[in-house]
Amino acid sequence: MSAVKTTLPVFFGYLAIGIPFGLMIVNAGYPVWIAPVMSVTMYAGAGQYIAVGLFATGASPGTIVLTELLVNIRHIVYGLSLITRFKNAGKWKLYLIFALTDETYSILTSCDVPDGADTGKYYGTIALLDQSYWIAGSVIGAATGKLIPVSLTGVDFALTALFAVLLIEQLEKSHDFLPAVIGIIAACAAILLVCCGVMPSGNILIAALAFGFAALILTRGRSLDKNTDQKVQK
Amino acid sequence: MTQSLSLSAVVTATIVSALVIFATRAFPFALFSRRNPPRIIRFIEKYIPPMVMAILVVYCLKDIRFTEKPWGIPSLTALVVTILLHLWKRNPMISIFGGTLLYMILLRIL
Repeated sequence: MSAVKTTLPVFFGYLAIGIPFGLMIVNAGYPVWIAPVMSVTMYAGAGQYIAVGLFATGASPGTIVLTELLVNIRHIVYGLSLITRFKNAGKWKLYLIFALTDETYSILTSCDVPDGADTGKYYGTIALLDQSYWIAGSVIGAATGKLIPVSLTGVDFALTALFAVLLIEQLEKSHDFLPAVIGIIAACAAILLVCCGVMPSGNILIAALAFGFAALILTRGRSLDKNTDQKVQK
Repeated sequence: MTQSLSLSAVVTATIVSALVIFATRAFPFALFSRRNPPRIIRFIEKYIPPMVMAILVVYCLKDIRFTEKPWGIPSLTALVVTILLHLWKRNPMISIFGGTLLYMILLRIL
């Protein structure tokens, strides 16, 4: 139950961005069923949006692989920070790794597993719910075509608000504002580079992550040398 | 005039893309599943999530055009209200839906 409540913002956000994806892929001339196939197998918001553009313009296989790699390479950073959390996830681990989107990552790094609940099952339920919302959104968009009421405009802000709320929760726990400040500056710098025409907008996230990571190493890298970390022995 | 990909090419491309995306997600786990993660991993676990969250918030706002109507007022106001609501009530539901509702209203009246 608690997993449903936690993922409710993602439900609205994924409907709001899944529906336009479904619309786009059908408008590009492909059948309705390709939308759920992509949402089940690829399950990546930005990756699927960009794929529609690549398909429609007849991109070469090499271009598709390279573009998808660059757009999704940020997942490596996400995975690195979840290795310990996923250690006791048991049979859910493989699915959790597969279903690691921005939104699921945000929830999993912020939430606490309820007392007595199984970590893998709790995380897995969150991830599975999120993906089902995404599939539902893309199918609705693809099946209903242009019948979508305009009144839905702006629901996607639920994701922005979700990220903001999760950021506050994380700062509450760490009492360390530097990583957040670095993130804001890095993202602004990446967006500026796009505005100046230095790089394509598809690279904002990975550029911001690279800037931010470099800045973190420069500012907090010293904690890497010290022996302050607790022993993790199991 | 560019020719769009055929349906069979799209199905192949979808499967290949799915593999590429899964590879980006599985890479770190494949690398560190056996041995104890090195210290750099603990550094990453501690500092990266809040940084990523801050990046995602800014990323969501990337399409704001400050030079034209409504000058980014709906998103920025709604974001501030979301944050204030959360600092006040500490209830994610209230903060997220309050902020989103305000955003949708502002979009329509501005």
